[in-house]
Amino acid sequence: MKLDILMVGVGGQGTVLSSNIVCDVALAAGYDVKKSEIHGMAQRGGSVVTHIRIGEKVFAPTIPLKSADILVSFERMEFLRYSEYYSDNMTLIQNTQIISPPSVADGEAQYPQDKIDAVQKSLKKVIEVDAIGKAIELGNQKIAGMVVLGILAKNVPFEKSAWEQAIRDRVPPKTIDLNLKAFETGYNI
Amino acid sequence: MKKVLSGNEAFARAAYEAGVGVVSSYPGTPSTEITEHVAHYKEIYTEWATNEKVGLEVAIGASLGGKRAMSCMKHVGLNVAADPLMTLSYTGVNAGLVVVVADDPNMYSSQNEQDSRHYARFGKVPMMEPADSAEVKEFTKQAFELSEEYCTPVLLRSCTRISHTQTVVDLNDRVEAPDFAPENNIPKWVMIPANARKRHKVVENRLEMLTELCEGDKYNKIEMNDKNIGIVCAGVTYNYVKEAMPEASVLKLDFAWPLPMKKIASFAAQVEKLYVVEELDKFFETEIKAAGIKVEELDRDVCGELSVDAVRELFGLEPVQADVDTTLPFRPPNMCPGCSHRGIFYAINRLKLFVTGDIGCYTLGLLPPLKAINSTVCMGASIGMAHGLDKAAEGMSQKSVAVIGDSTFLHTGINSLVNTVYNQGNSTVVILDNTITGMTGHQQNAASGKDLHGNPAPKLDLVMLCKAIGVKESNIRVIDPFDVANAMEVLKEETSKPEPSVIITNKPCIFADRSVIQEPYFIHEDKCSGCRVCTKLGCPAIIWDAQKRVALIDENLCTGCHLCIKVCKFGAIEQRSK
Repeated sequence: MKLDILMVGVGGQGTVLSSNIVCDVALAAGYDVKKSEIHGMAQRGGSVVTHIRIGEKVFAPTIPLKSADILVSFERMEFLRYSEYYSDNMTLIQNTQIISPPSVADGEAQYPQDKIDAVQKSLKKVIEVDAIGKAIELGNQKIAGMVVLGILAKNVPFEKSAWEQAIRDRVPPKTIDLNLKAFETGYNI
Repeated sequence: MKKVLSGNEAFARAAYEAGVGVVSSYPGTPSTEITEHVAHYKEIYTEWATNEKVGLEVAIGASLGGKRAMSCMKHVGLNVAADPLMTLSYTGVNAGLVVVVADDPNMYSSQNEQDSRHYARFGKVPMMEPADSAEVKEFTKQAFELSEEYCTPVLLRSCTRISHTQTVVDLNDRVEAPDFAPENNIPKWVMIPANARKRHKVVENRLEMLTELCEGDKYNKIEMNDKNIGIVCAGVTYNYVKEAMPEASVLKLDFAWPLPMKKIASFAAQVEKLYVVEELDKFFETEIKAAGIKVEELDRDVCGELSVDAVRELFGLEPVQADVDTTLPFRPPNMCPGCSHRGIFYAINRLKLFVTGDIGCYTLGLLPPLKAINSTVCMGASIGMAHGLDKAAEGMSQKSVAVIGDSTFLHTGINSLVNTVYNQGNSTVVILDNTITGMTGHQQNAASGKDLHGNPAPKLDLVMLCKAIGVKESNIRVIDPFDVANAMEVLKEETSKPEPSVIITNKPCIFADRSVIQEPYFIHEDKCSGCRVCTKLGCPAIIWDAQKRVALIDENLCTGCHLCIKVCKFGAIEQRSK
């Protein structure tokens, strides 16, 4: 098995927990796993990317070009920036939250909705979710990432129970039920 | 037990398992989390030092005192710590001493792309280069043993893709380190010329012995495969080579220094063509060629980081053609919503002051629309450079300020302020005191009032310090950076004085003190005139709606800092009630 997952978003969206859980699940399933991300300056509201690589034996920490099997975009447009990683059969999981880049925020540029629509049409499988909306319905905006994780779990070949265990191990004890609920919501989308 | 650990977590785990007693470091991406993770092990004394030089000196003292010690830093941090390192090479160690240095190829969060392998050759000390978190742990533990066996500090080289990549690691128990008494050995530890001349010979002899170790079977293993191509590589590059060129024979260098030239020559003799694949400088290649070994040329860029695709291309394999859309609206890093630096930079921008900047989140003040940084060189440079400007250009001190964060000021800014005062300069220094080391992920410092563990610690009084340095009391101004009008007034007053001045901002980073976060603001569409003054603040939460020609606030991002209401002349912005 070979599974390359690219997770992209905007610094501060808190994608670290989600990607850590993916690693735990892959390890529990007996696979080699590597996850590479960028901290520091890149996290201050800039575009951020995490590479997760799962397989019998993984060497490079970053995904080769055109090899991403799944791309998880925590922000609506961010996946557009990483088109060099799209594989032919890639699934896009897209949170529809918009965070305007500075040039859009100050009116110099347009948010590229046309490009988003066009690229989505060219992809084999696209799953859109308003994760923040779902999270607010469940009572806390902060668990939006867990909704997205639920969707990811549905689209990769690991046991659901392994995901639930990893979530229990990783989130603060008081928030386990809420996180599991958010995961379940995503899983059933 | 197997766990997925980042390289930085693995360094910390290794320190624990190796029985390390003391760790002292200064934060710097990508090395910061090593020390933060070490702090979770209560068996190890861990601290944030005021800079890397101090951190290494603390580690030297701990080694002298009989405890295994470690100091961790980013590549440019080793420049600061280079002074003790170069002579530590001569004294050697008592208990094991390891220095972790993390390079940043591609400069994800750095001001230069220097290759720290040069320090190993320069300082004549061994440097190990792990390829993943499992090797990080293994090599770090071995480094402590080698340090003691060969009486040398050992450098461990990491990089962004090692430190911030998680890989599978087998955890072990802590072993108690060998018991060393504090060492009192004047000829070894007091580096006056007469002693140092003798120690230099010890250093040269040690390097020969280490070279013998590197020639042996334990390290630097050859993986024979297809004999047409032999590749010498090390560290993270090994992984790219293995994935891109699975058929090639490989000599994986566990030590970046010293190099096992006999082994490399023997490997070269066993393969048709010998190549060197390395990231950044042609360090191995130059040395191997200098030893008279034939190395095939590769058209490799010494700038930036490698990848599987980059290595494939080096060997002429057809590159993967992939399109990238370069016309997307750029998303650079930015000051956070609610950042206490935004208001003062807005004021500086309005006054069109020339700014010598420094290293920290506030370096982002250079981006539009604030555009209020004109230089950034290294930690602490802002103050010395402002003084230089003042001495070189008539009237410049009235049109310029130095801007520096609290942590950077304490790191290497203080001595520059002493210099400015002593040499009767006129420059104005703005210390952005947000009580935390922000850019590296919110570490405490001597002005935080908390130690590395979050426990109360003596809080350095910046006003008293500046007074003690000799800045006049009337020239030391503590201001609220969100009060733009006052900030502009104070900046005007202090830059106009023919004396050194210090302006200190007094609001915390929103991550240092979450209690400053308030209910979000919103904009009344009907009251918004579309003047766009608020969008000139560069706040990520304020968005211009081009259709309606009004500004909006993204309430998911707004932290209620109220800076925008200070600049809105139409009373269009209001806070949500709880």
